[in-house]
Amino acid sequence: MNTRETAAAELTDGRRIAIVDYGLGNVANVRRALEFLGHRVELTKDPDVLRGADVLILPGVGHFADAMKRLEADGLIPLLTELKEEKPFIGICLGMQLLFEHSEEGDVDGLGFIPGAITRIETRLPVPHLGWNALASDRPELDGKDMYFIHTYKAAPGPHTVATADYGGETVTALVQSGQLIGIQFHPEKSGDAGLILLQQAVTGGFREKEEASE
Amino acid sequence: MIKKRIIPCLDVKDGRVVKGINFKGLRDVGDPVEMAARYNAAGADELVFLDVSATDEGHDLMLDVIKRTAEVLFIPLAIGGGIRTADDIGRLLKAGADKVSINSAALARPELIREAAERFGSQCVCLSVDAGWDEEAQDWFCFTHGGKKKTDIRVLDWVTEGEKLGAGEILLTSMEGDGTKDGFDLPLLKAVEKAVTIPVIASGGAGSADDFVELFRETDVSAGLAASIFHNEETTVGEVKSLLSDAGIPVRLTAGGVPNEA
Repeated sequence: MNTRETAAAELTDGRRIAIVDYGLGNVANVRRALEFLGHRVELTKDPDVLRGADVLILPGVGHFADAMKRLEADGLIPLLTELKEEKPFIGICLGMQLLFEHSEEGDVDGLGFIPGAITRIETRLPVPHLGWNALASDRPELDGKDMYFIHTYKAAPGPHTVATADYGGETVTALVQSGQLIGIQFHPEKSGDAGLILLQQAVTGGFREKEEASE
Repeated sequence: MIKKRIIPCLDVKDGRVVKGINFKGLRDVGDPVEMAARYNAAGADELVFLDVSATDEGHDLMLDVIKRTAEVLFIPLAIGGGIRTADDIGRLLKAGADKVSINSAALARPELIREAAERFGSQCVCLSVDAGWDEEAQDWFCFTHGGKKKTDIRVLDWVTEGEKLGAGEILLTSMEGDGTKDGFDLPLLKAVEKAVTIPVIASGGAGSADDFVELFRETDVSAGLAASIFHNEETTVGEVKSLLSDAGIPVRLTAGGVPNEA
């Protein structure tokens, strides 16, 4: 049986998902993947739509400082700070990095929802970290799964890290969760069936945190 | 550990897949979306559509192919061929491509690489280089227009400049190897891989699954690309990955592609 079709079929009620539109990066493929999984998706910066959504997605491909500037210019930071307490909030790729306190990329502060800083990947291998890499996690359903990564900066593993990946001796945070807040460094919408299944899990229920996982 | 990528390439002309031998003698082999889905199921890590259409109408059909593919496939999709401007790139990305590979247009106007990288990010910009060996000069030179025109630009100069301008990846095709099935052009690949720090995709010459093992044993390239051996079912993506895995080379193992998933 095709696993991604199973993932879509298991969902009886599609969620209303708002992708935060702050004019950065190509979000069409995140949208397509979520629609494929049975959800209703809107790309928006309208505060009412963001408030009304079941799940928020903070996407992003590009430069950290530029992204923070745009979020600020659109007046989205106070709203996101408020909404992160109320509903599942998923940052993907740069969107994950923005959840942290600070980044070396442009030397600016992030949203500060998750403790820790974003720093450049230091390895003898080519940078960006590009391609399929395996997750390492206490969670058996995540451990060993190959996901598609493209990034030059990384979050070092911290208390909220759920899964990591090893790139030339650098351990990068691949998946982070703090309550309803989830950060995904890789591109689940480009990681084949395994990525779609993980995205569905993130949208519909999230992951148990690391501490609970090590039974 | 990062995995070595196996990338089937589909030459698409006027919305249909065609196959090239030495860049000549095209013949129709199938529907691109159907073939892309088959390769996805077989464990392809990424797909490349090379648009070899000669007309604007042909290139427009490509946009439709990309849209239809992106609705059902969730692995990286790269598009090459027929790209002149940053606006062309914008259209392809909007249709659902994840990255583009640019060749002749970048050689004609290197600034295109910088413009594209600044506008869409380096991760979207793959510099495609067709390399041919010049016996007299004892060096590799860039070719354009599907391998028909030789330039006086040296491959090693061009790839380092391309990286400086913002290319995120190099797709390197050996003109000697392309379509011959004699194996990848290892000396060329080694030289280019050492000259740049960005990932290199090897193309041209794959004739058997063993050629991929040799490629990843002998060079540090990130990925291997092939067209005809997959289309003609001389080998499968799954078989290539199985062989690589047995040889201790890290590959992404998928249930569909490799039966002996570890």
